[in-house]
Order: sequence, then C-alpha cells, then structure tokens
Amino acid sequence: MTKLDAKIPEGPLAKKWTRFRNTCKLVNPANKRKLDIIVVGTGLGGASAAASLAELGYNVKVFCYQDSPRRAHSIAAQGGINATKNYPNDGDSIYRLFYDTIKGGDYRSREANVYRLAEVSSNIIDQAVAQGVPFAREYGGLLDNRSFGGAQVSRTFYAKGQTGQQLLLGAYGSLNRQVHQGKVKVYARRDMLDIVLHQGKARGIITRNLITGEIERHTAHAVVLATGGYGNVYFLSTYAMGANGSPAWKAYKKGAYFANPAFVQIHPTCMPVKGEHQSKLTLMSESLRNDGRIWVPKKKEDAEKLRKGEISPNDLGEEERDYYLERRYPAFGNLVPRDVASRAAKERCDNGFGVGTGQAVYLDFRDAINRMGKEAVEAKYGNLFEIYKKINDENPYEVPMKIFPATHYTMGGLWVDYHLQTTVPGLFAVGEVNFSDHGANRLGASALMQGLADGYFVLPYTLSNYLSDELHTPRLTTKEKEFDEVEEQINERLEKLMNIKGSQTVDAIHKRLGHIMWDHVGMSRTKESLEEALKMLPELRKEFWNDVKIPGHQHGVNPELMKAGWVADFLELGELIARDALQREESCGGHFRQEYQTEEGEALRRDDEYSFVGAWEYKGDDQKPEMHKEDIVYEVTERKTRSYK
Amino acid sequence: MKIKLKIWRQENATAKGKFVKYQLDDVSPDSSFLEMLDELNQDLIQKDDDPVVFDHDCREGICGTCGLYINGRAHGPQKGSATCQLHMRSFKDGDTITVEPWRAKAFPVIKDLMVDRSAFDRIMVSGGYISINAGSAPEANNMPVRKENADMAFDAATCIGCGACVAACPNASAMLFVGAKISHLALLPQGQPEAEERVLEMVNQMDLEGFGNCSNNYSCEAECPKEISVGNIARMNAQFFGAKLKSGKK
Repeated sequence: MTKLDAKIPEGPLAKKWTRFRNTCKLVNPANKRKLDIIVVGTGLGGASAAASLAELGYNVKVFCYQDSPRRAHSIAAQGGINATKNYPNDGDSIYRLFYDTIKGGDYRSREANVYRLAEVSSNIIDQAVAQGVPFAREYGGLLDNRSFGGAQVSRTFYAKGQTGQQLLLGAYGSLNRQVHQGKVKVYARRDMLDIVLHQGKARGIITRNLITGEIERHTAHAVVLATGGYGNVYFLSTYAMGANGSPAWKAYKKGAYFANPAFVQIHPTCMPVKGEHQSKLTLMSESLRNDGRIWVPKKKEDAEKLRKGEISPNDLGEEERDYYLERRYPAFGNLVPRDVASRAAKERCDNGFGVGTGQAVYLDFRDAINRMGKEAVEAKYGNLFEIYKKINDENPYEVPMKIFPATHYTMGGLWVDYHLQTTVPGLFAVGEVNFSDHGANRLGASALMQGLADGYFVLPYTLSNYLSDELHTPRLTTKEKEFDEVEEQINERLEKLMNIKGSQTVDAIHKRLGHIMWDHVGMSRTKESLEEALKMLPELRKEFWNDVKIPGHQHGVNPELMKAGWVADFLELGELIARDALQREESCGGHFRQEYQTEEGEALRRDDEYSFVGAWEYKGDDQKPEMHKEDIVYEVTERKTRSYK
Repeated sequence: MKIKLKIWRQENATAKGKFVKYQLDDVSPDSSFLEMLDELNQDLIQKDDDPVVFDHDCREGICGTCGLYINGRAHGPQKGSATCQLHMRSFKDGDTITVEPWRAKAFPVIKDLMVDRSAFDRIMVSGGYISINAGSAPEANNMPVRKENADMAFDAATCIGCGACVAACPNASAMLFVGAKISHLALLPQGQPEAEERVLEMVNQMDLEGFGNCSNNYSCEAECPKEISVGNIARMNAQFFGAKLKSGKK
C-alpha cells in the first residue's frame, strides 16, 4: 500500500498556510507568460481559478459543456456563503468556523485544509463585494448575516435565495475581464472526454465539440478540474441535468485516486418526488430552517388522514404535531446539520408518520408569519416560496411546505494533497470535484466558500509552486503520440456506443441505476444492501453496453450520445461508491450503516478503525480497485461524539 | 392528459425549418414542460425518429439555459417563470401547443429549438464587470451601500441571461438584458470608477451583435422570467447619454 503524502506544511495549525505562502516557489511575470493552464468547468471553483490565474499572467483555456460559463450549476446555490467576519459580534472566529466544519464533517476531514479554508473565508467576502456582488445589507448600509445548520453563530452572507447566482456572476465577470484582455480563451459547449498524460504529467485534454461533434486536442503545462460532484449517479438529485462525474472518472482511470466516494450528502429540504416522469428534484434552501419548523403528526391516524387528503395540516393543533427535530435535538433544533435532519425525516416516514405520498414531512412557516409578519417572511424567502408554488401548486404562506431528502452534494471526490494536486502530477482539482474539506458531511453555505477559496486564494499559490519547476518544459504540440493514442480510444468508444443499437434509451438505464443507488446505497446502508448493489450494478452495466439505444450520428449535435458517455461512467462510479460504503464499517456524516448506530438511533462512528481517508486506485477495467489510506491525524481537535442535543 | 404538439424542426442554421406535429396521450399534469418533451423524445428514439434538440440544464429556473417560445410567448403562459418551471397543469387536456425557438437575428438556430446566444457573452466580455484582481479587495464593510440601492442592484442582477427579452421584443432588442447588467453595477459604489466606459462599450457591442432598438413595447418586461423592470433600460439610456456627452464622442 502506497503511503499518501498530503504535503501538509510543518508548524502549528494556525501558521501552516502563512508558512506555505512564505516558502512556496514563485514564477516571475515574464515566465508566467510562457505557461499555459487548462481549466475544465466554470462554476465557482473553475471561474475563480481561471480568472485569478490569468490575472497572474498565465495563459488560460477554459472549458464547459454549457453554452456559456455563467450557467454552471454553482448558479443554483441558494442560501449563502460562510465567512468568519464576526460582524454580528456573536463570537465567531477562524477557529470556530474551522471547528464547526471539522465537527460538521464528523471528524473525517483534514485539519490543515479546513483551517486554511476558514482563514481565507473573509477574503472571499471582500473580493465578492468589490466585484459588485449585491449581498443583503442592513439599513445602515453594512452587510447582513443569517445562521445556517451546524452553527450557533450567524456567519452566512447571502443575496436572498440566489447567493450562488450572484457569486458566480461575480466570478464570471472576473473571467470576462481576462477574456477581454486576451488572457483567457473560453471553449463553451465542449464535453471533456479524456486527459492526456505526457511523461507521467497531465499535459492536455481531449474534448468533443457538442455542436459539430469534432474531437479536439488541447495542450497545457497543467490541467485543473473544476467539474463538480457526481450526485447524478442517483438520477434524481438537485444537480443540473448536465452535471456529470466523467472528468473525475477519466482522471481516476489515468491514475488519480478517488477518495471517500461513499460520502454523499442527502439534503433534508427538497421537494418530494411525484412520479416516474420526474427528471430532477428542486432544493428548498437550508436557510428556510432558520424560521420554518419541521414536523409530522404525532399520531399515525392523523398522518394517514393527511395522506388521503381528509384533513389539512392546519387542522392539527400544537399538541397534535411532533416537531421531531426540536424534540430530539433541543440545542440546535431545526438547524441540525443536513445528514442528521435527513435521517430524522426518513426515520419518521419509515415509521408511518410521513405526509403527502408518505415520503414527505412539513416545513411550516405559520409561527414565523405570526411572529415576523408576512412581509418580513416574503422579504427573506420570497423567491423560494415562489419556486415552491410554481412546482407544487400550493401556497406555502397558507399551507406548510412538504419536503423530503434528496441527493445534493458529494463530499467524496478526487484525492488531493494540501496543494490541491491529485496523485497525477500536474493534475489539480478544485471545488466539489475534490474530496478535501468537508469530511463525511458538508455544512450549509460551505460549498460556495470552498469553491471560491480554492480558486481565488489557494490554487494561485499552489499551482505556481508546481509550475515553477515546469519553466523549462516546452509547449507540447497536439501531434504527440499520446494524443493519438487517447483519441483513438475515444473514437473506438464513441463508435462502440453508436453501434450497439439496442432497445433501451440512455435515460431508461440511468433511471434504473438511480433506483439501485437510492434503494441500496442511499441514506441508510447495510452490508446486505451494498453487496446486492455490487451484484446488480455490473449486470446493469453489461446490459447498457449490449442494449443501449442511441439515435443519430457521432457528428453534429447529439445530446443522447453525450449522456450515454456520462451514464457509462456513472455505472462504474456507482460501483465504487458501493464498494467504499461496504468497506467503511461505521456510520459517519452522510454515510449511515444501519449496523452501526447507538441505541437512540444516532450514527456510531468508529474512530479507532476508520479514522482515515479511503483513496481508491484504478487497477484496470476487470480488476478490483485498491484502497489506500491517508490517516486523519488531529493535532488540535479533540474528537467527540457529535452531539446537537 | 392528451397533448398535441407543433414543434419547429430545423437541421442546422442554414437549413430550412418546418413545424412537425406530434401527439402524447398520457402526460401527467404534474410533469414540467421539459419533462413532457423528455417523454416525447423517449418515444421518438424508440420509433427510430430523431429526438427534438432543446437546451436545458438546472431545471430550477436559475441557469437561464432553457428558453422556448410556447404558444407565441417566451417561456410560455406562466408569468415570471422560465420554461423549466412551467408545468403541464397550465394547459388543458387536448390542447395543441406550438413550440418554437427564440427567433432573433443575433440568436441563430443551431438545431431545432437550440439557439446560439453567445452574443450575450460577448457583450459581457466588452465591459460587464468591475476590474479588480483577486487579493486586492478592501475590507467589505469599509464602504456602506444604501440598502435601497443594494436591493435595486440585486433586482437587476437576478437576470438569468436566457434571452426571453430578445425573443419577446418585436425588434429583437437586447436592451433589457444590457440595461439590467449596466444597472446592477451602476447602482453600486464599487461600479462607479468604470461606469462610463462600461456603458459605452456594452452598448456598442450590443449594436455590433445585430440586436434591434427599444421602441417601448415593454413585452420584454412582461415575459422576463425574473420580472426585471424596464426602468433598467431608462437607467442605461441615461448613463449612456451622460457618458457620451462626457466622452465628447458622437
């Protein structure tokens, strides 16, 4: 087993990042002009990284599958972004954000990375405000804050329910400025099909032009993946339809280790599933839990009457309602972390207290409206209420919202060291696609923070440190034999897919994959369910390669071919998730193994055995992957049983 | 529900397009408009027909990727909503629904219902940003911003760049889009240093892209999924004339 070196700087925790910045290698401005960088993905991580690297003087090429970089799915993030400004004077500090994130992640994240994240969080707010991001303000003209799950301070900056949109437009602006200056070239409507290595280093990518179908080659001195998470392996999720795990999966197959794939976040407040026609699930921001109260009926008979539509939730008095989060977790109440809230909802529904289809609980604003007035609720959450109304045809100002957990984020991802470099030299990963900061569960309003921290403030230093050794590496031409080889494999695969001409559509197989994953590798897992999944998934994969039906041609616009490539990779990725969930014989964060729970039904973490990062190495298509361990060593944090009671 | 569809099919930008009729017999009123099209495409694939190409991504009304002209209206009959948020319950059993792409010279059709909106990106590249480098920003609370202005800037900034304003306008004008972008930054103190160059550059690029002019039809505001106010066009015009006079250019 290889020992994974996370390259964490020496010295006390609070000094590590400063120390790194003081000692890392630099590249002088004249040399930066000679170095090219590829960034794949234009969400918060990708756009901020590309803009910042171009500002430094590097030549940057940016790729996205969308028609414009501004449409990456960071745009859909609703609630907010955390930072340690401590403007409300309520006791926040770098240490507290660090500690909350480590605890929220159920003690499975790396201390040094998380501390750095907390350290640079304030700079992100400064940067965004200077870009013109219109955060919510108070009447005095200064920035407003709200609270989020897993924290007892108000440290979340927000722009109504569109914080992700505003931050992404800020980063897109910075990116555009560099496009204007000729330092960034954007390649939109491109699907990254593989990474090209030369002399063991990542030196380029191959893309498919989604309009012409052309296969295109691009070279650089380093490749940065900012391609987001793999939650669409569950088919139904809060991800965009185009969110795919393929770039990360190609990286894995090129030698980048894949860490903690089993750590998937199921978000507690999403709109419930309605039927088989459904293509995606819509999130209702966690910020709603600041003022909304979650409940189900105390009596099963009432739940049944509600499901049949015989009574309205408003008919039930205070004593007939079970505010189960407030009951079980009095200290944090409705603001417990996401994994805890999701499991509690599932527990109530599994026991017959669910409403709606039986797979839903109420999120009620009656008390908030009585306390603050309807206008105040509208000012805070108006757009979210509108979204809910449009999708569900019910007015949440009058009847409580119905919500249920849905796949939302993946904490797992490509293993990276402190420099955000994967195990492939020259291949870096920022934002959700890496595994580094959130452990086994991510706190709300921390994804935006991490994407921007990586892109604006971390990668510019760590990538320069890497490139300082590449000054004498000449530019590659796309005629190198490595490009020929990879392109040949790509063409073979595309032709193979087109020639199957089977009977099932890509979506039909993707939905079946989703069912297997949700039922067997979802919110609650057992040894049996995972072993079952590991039998079903290879069979489904085989079926896909024998029976998928893709219309049209390889050339020109063909969304079905694009999706087929993604689903082919999801079918393999799903198996790795199940494998990782099976080896981790404990419950922590978003990974809940039924065998490992306390008498009260809380997650039972096993620090003695499982205090490590499981990083998987690809060994070939017919071989079992090998897991390597990075021990999680805490210098500062004392591990406790996570309690929100 | 039974639904009849008349959908614009066009092989590529230069090919001649035409309407093709389809029928779906079992559409759930709870499904979204795009889910209905998914269902149609599943049928078409099974019948060895070419599925209808349309753009879409987040399906929660925020990425601005989807945009269909439905029964003569950008994003369909529901006010303040993108196509992905439109649900079939907005239609009646047996309805015939006509579906077209955005039609504008500056948005050429790529295939079927998919159009090229890169003109918007080029307008943004011409000056739709504040020039600051990562790492150089001052402390965020050093500069208070009047709440009213911050809120108005936010309202303008909620534009999702879908292009419905262009599609709805009889002149295919992009002035609501550009006006919203100009206003967002013009309303904030941070946007002041470059305000004049910004409005001149962006308006110039808008004209170069071949968008039409505003003739106060206001259908852009009526069809905007984010209900962006035409007041932003007025603000842009005021900014533009001010900047023009100052710059001494014609």
